[in-house]
Amino acid sequence: MIFWELFMAFFIPGIVGYGGGPASIPLIKHEVVERYSMVTTEQFGEMLALGNTLPGPIATKMAGYIGYEAAGIPGAAVALFATIAPSLLAMIFLLSLLYTFKDSPRVKKMTLYIRPAVAVLLGALAVQFFQSGMTDAGITHTIILGAGSLFLFERTRLHPAFVILAALLYGVIFLS
Amino acid sequence: MDWTLQKQLFLGFFRAGIFGYGGGPASIPLVHKEVVQGYGWMSDEEFYDILAIGNTLPGPIMTKMAGYIGYRIGGVTGLFSALTASVFPTVVLMIVLIGALLSFQSSPIVQGMTSAIAPVVGVMMLTLTYNTLKSTKGRTGWLFVTVFTLLSIVVLELLNIHPAFWIALLLIIGVMYWRKPASPEE
Repeated sequence: MIFWELFMAFFIPGIVGYGGGPASIPLIKHEVVERYSMVTTEQFGEMLALGNTLPGPIATKMAGYIGYEAAGIPGAAVALFATIAPSLLAMIFLLSLLYTFKDSPRVKKMTLYIRPAVAVLLGALAVQFFQSGMTDAGITHTIILGAGSLFLFERTRLHPAFVILAALLYGVIFLS
Repeated sequence: MDWTLQKQLFLGFFRAGIFGYGGGPASIPLVHKEVVQGYGWMSDEEFYDILAIGNTLPGPIMTKMAGYIGYRIGGVTGLFSALTASVFPTVVLMIVLIGALLSFQSSPIVQGMTSAIAPVVGVMMLTLTYNTLKSTKGRTGWLFVTVFTLLSIVVLELLNIHPAFWIALLLIIGVMYWRKPASPEE
């Protein structure tokens, strides 16, 4: 039953994959390539490369596309549901629980303790993005792009979208 | 139903998704921009709480953030507005453009565009990191921030302990520490 297989193939990576969508990509590959043989390793690699040239969350792009290829629009819907629903429901449940006690000073205080951990996780993501910039664009372009975007974000009221578009343009002119 | 709110939720998450290059995590600073600074739906504090809880749970981060924030701001309809906006456009693009992408992905123009984005996302992440630390320092003092940041670096980056365990432990410490009369401020 293709819908059941699609559901399981994306449900498992969704509930065991930590670190956001990109971290669950190898788990998705394991399910769709090795367990259910929906696509070959080459096809998967190609889809991933294509998905990365488009913006937006990667796990849902892969789920939607693989589901669509396997069983049309209903297939895409099943794979997307399996990717999104379990962790989202857990999220709503946990936060509702936390906010039931939101006015208690104890809860206000306790969430302060997790802030530095969140900062470190965000900082680690920043380092990863800089590293991939160094690999793909080289150190000089990474510094120019980094310093330029920092200036635009801090000194102007420009929406990040324009800075991103400017960077894409920079890439077309200087990095292609 | 508040159509204006639903439209704003849709637009906010649409922008965050469509300008987030490098997967869902790249969209986090953009979501922050939309919901905290743009529409003012929540405070910095609330945003960081949601981000922290999101990090203790498995699964893609963007859909957790969109779904929860949508639900919080606009109920079940809001959940669907924000989720649809962050997931649907890029999935449709992927399905529709796959043929075109196959011929273009190795073109130097596409390669150049994708490699120019990473440093910009890095800067956005770094700004958000700095803001998180600054707002925490405002409420606790620099000693608290330094100690817990260094501890978190050791635990998460050097010892590679899972963020879910560390965040859960910090929540427990938070509850216990508050009970002591010597707890700072408030």
